[in-house]
Amino acid sequence: MNEVNLGVYAARLLPQEELFTQGHRACQGCIPALMLRQITKATGRDLIVCNATGCMEIISSPYPYNAWRVPWIHAAFENAAAVASGVSAGIEILKKKQRFFHDRTNKIAVMGIGGDGGTMDIGLQALSGALERGTDFFYVCYDNEAYMNTGIQRSSATPMGASTTTSPVGKADPAGQTTWKKNFAEICVAHHIPYVATACPSYPFDLMRKVKKAAAVNGPAVLHIFAPCPTGWRCEANLGIRLGRLAVESGVFPLYEVVDGKYTINLDIDAIKKSVEDPAAELAKYLFQQGRFRHLRTKDELLAQIRERLRQDWTELKAKAEK
Amino acid sequence: MSGRIEPGKTVGMEVSIAQAEVVAQCDVDCIAAYPITPQTHIVEHLSEIVAEGDLQAAFMPVESEHSAMSACIGMSAVGARTFTATSSQGLALMHEMLYIASGLRLPIVMSCVNRALSAPINIWGDQGDIMAERDTGWVQIFTENGQEVIDQTICSFKIAEDPRVSLPTIVNMDGFQMSHVIEPMVFYPTAKIRDFLGVFQPLQRLDPRAPAMFGPVGIPEIYTESKKAHDVALLNSQAVIEEVWARFAKEFGRQYAAVETYQTEGAEYLLVTIGGLSETASVAIDELRAAGRKVGQLRLRLWRPFPAAAVRQALAGVKGAIVFDRCLSVAGTGGPAATEIKAALYNEPVRPTIVGFIGGLGGRDVTVGDFRAMIEKGIGYIDRGDAPLYELVGVRE
Repeated sequence: MNEVNLGVYAARLLPQEELFTQGHRACQGCIPALMLRQITKATGRDLIVCNATGCMEIISSPYPYNAWRVPWIHAAFENAAAVASGVSAGIEILKKKQRFFHDRTNKIAVMGIGGDGGTMDIGLQALSGALERGTDFFYVCYDNEAYMNTGIQRSSATPMGASTTTSPVGKADPAGQTTWKKNFAEICVAHHIPYVATACPSYPFDLMRKVKKAAAVNGPAVLHIFAPCPTGWRCEANLGIRLGRLAVESGVFPLYEVVDGKYTINLDIDAIKKSVEDPAAELAKYLFQQGRFRHLRTKDELLAQIRERLRQDWTELKAKAEK
Repeated sequence: MSGRIEPGKTVGMEVSIAQAEVVAQCDVDCIAAYPITPQTHIVEHLSEIVAEGDLQAAFMPVESEHSAMSACIGMSAVGARTFTATSSQGLALMHEMLYIASGLRLPIVMSCVNRALSAPINIWGDQGDIMAERDTGWVQIFTENGQEVIDQTICSFKIAEDPRVSLPTIVNMDGFQMSHVIEPMVFYPTAKIRDFLGVFQPLQRLDPRAPAMFGPVGIPEIYTESKKAHDVALLNSQAVIEEVWARFAKEFGRQYAAVETYQTEGAEYLLVTIGGLSETASVAIDELRAAGRKVGQLRLRLWRPFPAAAVRQALAGVKGAIVFDRCLSVAGTGGPAATEIKAALYNEPVRPTIVGFIGGLGGRDVTVGDFRAMIEKGIGYIDRGDAPLYELVGVRE
């Protein structure tokens, strides 16, 4: 919270050094790419990145170009957490055998990172295994709510009502996505790991504080990061940060952290309360700047269901935080 | 390693247990594995050795074989000597990651306890699992008995980690008929093995002091060159493999070759085998030789890189070869060994007739008598010139 209070001057206190650098091939307005800058500024150089196949992998590594100034490995789509398990175990045993970084005292943080498809769908087993084993690493799921790299197909993180290329709006099926978004953070909390947090690059200081915490934790930590994708959400490229703010303020993606099972809601609690009590206005601002929700304008019944679900989720989260 | 082995003395031990012991003697740093019959005894015993403190290593029991190979990739990429073991469905689940381990040039050593693939589900010996992984770009070595498993496991770390190779390596043994059999074996002193292997020095590792990228995107302008480099590395590995075997022979007293010969002097017909059934086949050769038949045997030890020149040389001048495959390529042109041997010989001006038999599937026993019958039948095909593309033997009608 302190960083937030530093206000407009806080940005000047951040490290100038870019460890995720310019020259990558992300789309205009890509929020996940911005997120990588924030994450690496928070961790510094003592980081090993294990990247799942996905947007951030392909845009940063078309040989011979490399946007990373930290060691980086990409193996496949569904296994970033398993690769990270191996990296973490390898470092630990080589340290014990005095054959790795014996000249360094800093902790080398190991980060597994994947998109929502690579994490919540195809990568869930590998992640669950890594969490259950108590792997000393942190995992980032950057959630842009569909398979963006392959062309905006639905995943289990796609929200109810969103139109994607595999949950299209049609005459027979006018709703788009017809299932509720998987509660990923709760799945991680259920593993009883030391640290789980949600974050959003629209709140950089909150995000970076959480990254520092996740990297420092002994044992597994998970960050569920809401990362708007203007290309896939069919909106203007300059709207990513704004949409992240609106998602948090409307209660669509509350920012909270769970330390050893204890919940704390971090930001914009008042705004969320206001929105949830009278959600129509805030939620509409969030939804209707995005082409993927355009068809919902006339779907009052579905909108009511979405509002009700939002209210329920918020009530549940608040109850956990107040416990 | 566990105090059960006495170097230099012949001991009776289950081959799986022996392999775990020798892996520990090789001072592996990391093991990631998932249990699957008939590989289980290897990883169980390794976890026991680590739990007892006899080996300083990370033993990671993962939640699938896909994750086992993925974790091995991470372990090897930070510079740890890495081992895993699997079989059958487990190997098939790893399939995707096998290409990536070799493409990233990570010298992981894997024991593959060869077992049939489902369906129907079958846990017994068969080489269908490994033959489906022919093209994954790993060094692939076959063994025929427990002693060879010990020897080739040691050699595999040396081969894989040689900077001229830097490729993952598979040691194959037949499921149950080798893995679960108690055999007489001789272990070597641990210090001597560790001296032979040295400490693993990776060409590159994930190191924040010198950031490197493993596994970038290979666009069309670079993919072919990358594959060419992999192909050249695997082809060139044969010379290193032979060098390692020669050094092993000097240090430990047993000589291996890519293609090994048995009773080939003056032979007009050769039986070609791979893996554990080779020893049974050798008995059939002995019996036929005693009966005055001019038959001999070739045993393929090195499967990848395929020792094409050695195969051509070994088959030069014979009337025909009878190739026994323990793997069915369904509705194809024959078993994997038979088709590859045929391909290696095709452009030779004079080439022997190749007869392909397939048998021993899913643990079906293949006896000395079966091999004798196959050789006799094969000689008939060769002499008459009417060999089928392939023939599945031992099928109950």
